[in-house]
Amino acid sequence: MIYLDQAATSYPKPAAVIEAVCSALATAGNSGRGVHGMSLAASRLIYQARWELAEFFGASDPSQIAFSANATESLNMALLGLLEPGDHVVTTELEHNSVLRPLYLLQKRGVEVTVLPADYQGRVDFSALAAASQPNTKAVVCTHASNVTGNVIDLDYVLDFCQRQRLVSIIDGAQTAGWYPYNLTKQPIDILCFTGHKALLGPQGVGGIYVRPGLKLRPLKTGGSGIKTFSKTHPETMPEALEAGTLNTPGVAGLAAGVRYLREVGLAHVRKVEGELTQFFFAEVKEIPGVTVYGDFTDQERCPIVALNIAGVDSSFLSQLLAEKYNIATRSGGHCAPLMHRALQTDKTGLVRFSFSHFNSKAELEVAVQALAEISEEYGPEGDG
Amino acid sequence: MQAVLTFHSTTEAMAFERACKELGLPGRLIPMPVAISAQCGLAWLIGPEDRNRLLEQAQKLGLKYERLVELK
Repeated sequence: MIYLDQAATSYPKPAAVIEAVCSALATAGNSGRGVHGMSLAASRLIYQARWELAEFFGASDPSQIAFSANATESLNMALLGLLEPGDHVVTTELEHNSVLRPLYLLQKRGVEVTVLPADYQGRVDFSALAAASQPNTKAVVCTHASNVTGNVIDLDYVLDFCQRQRLVSIIDGAQTAGWYPYNLTKQPIDILCFTGHKALLGPQGVGGIYVRPGLKLRPLKTGGSGIKTFSKTHPETMPEALEAGTLNTPGVAGLAAGVRYLREVGLAHVRKVEGELTQFFFAEVKEIPGVTVYGDFTDQERCPIVALNIAGVDSSFLSQLLAEKYNIATRSGGHCAPLMHRALQTDKTGLVRFSFSHFNSKAELEVAVQALAEISEEYGPEGDG
Repeated sequence: MQAVLTFHSTTEAMAFERACKELGLPGRLIPMPVAISAQCGLAWLIGPEDRNRLLEQAQKLGLKYERLVELK
């Protein structure tokens, strides 16, 4: 199989990730729930993972990183834990439902939400932030890169605006953690939400949230923490404040192994390979009759995603053909970003997303290009299918 | 007299242990006697001969812990 659905979940995982998950399953107890060898091994493993993630993201304090199940859970922690009735928050049409649905829920509870529009190429003009701001604005929440087009936002502009206006910046790094070289010591990101199973190359079911020191979130969940047993309230100290219940220790072990792998290979190398693959694929597919590619490709810094349709071919059918006839894995239909689809005018049609990792090869992409050309010829605007 | 350092959280205890191992500082993790604290289930046990050195280094390096408790 040619796996071009890396933005959904990365594949293959490095061997070290699989080994780390298996090793944790074989050896780790429950972190913080005892002082026997297996429990301490789990506690040490999890602290080591926190430490390595902090280093990877350039964060000064590992305890400001809490583990979660995924980016969705982290975004829920951030939004539901920060915003209160009467607050105002600004977001964008680029957002995934992991941002939009918690915001719609908060709207019902009395939080005001302003959504900055995206143009037909999925670009957001963040100079509109100033006009969108109100006296009760508390935060800006936005994805760092669209999961539909791969376009990256002007993060520096957003962070600078938030810092000057004293707004909390909440960044959805679902597509960018493991791709973009964050430096949380230098960049004034207040909250970074990430998942472990995409560009960080870890297993599914583990993610995390970085919270700037001094910023407190109401915990989404309360319960077991391994500390303060006789207190009726959940501990407020990070990271335990956001980690009620037993952590996914094997998942955390795998995530840490993914980060170690990326540091060994080098993020610059990963980005270079993925950038070249993306530009090659874009250059080839845009010449195929009937193909529309979505997003802005004038910007070289973009996540390794190419989303497209072929005129006259249902996007689900296209993805199905690619899977069944050519053994190529892509994602079709809607991509959990409804406002973005409207901006791109693909809300009725959906689209097919090709997404790459440095594990993919140019030869694999050539096969995919040839498949698209054949499908276009048979089923597209000039086809007879 | 032996003493223990208590911690606010498991993460704090892990950070302390990691720093001590890296710097070759004395002591080891033990279960926290419930009579002392129910904060964190872990404590750092130190012998009388190591106490001053460890506390000096902890202060100098900004290592976090909850408090020092003498073991009677």
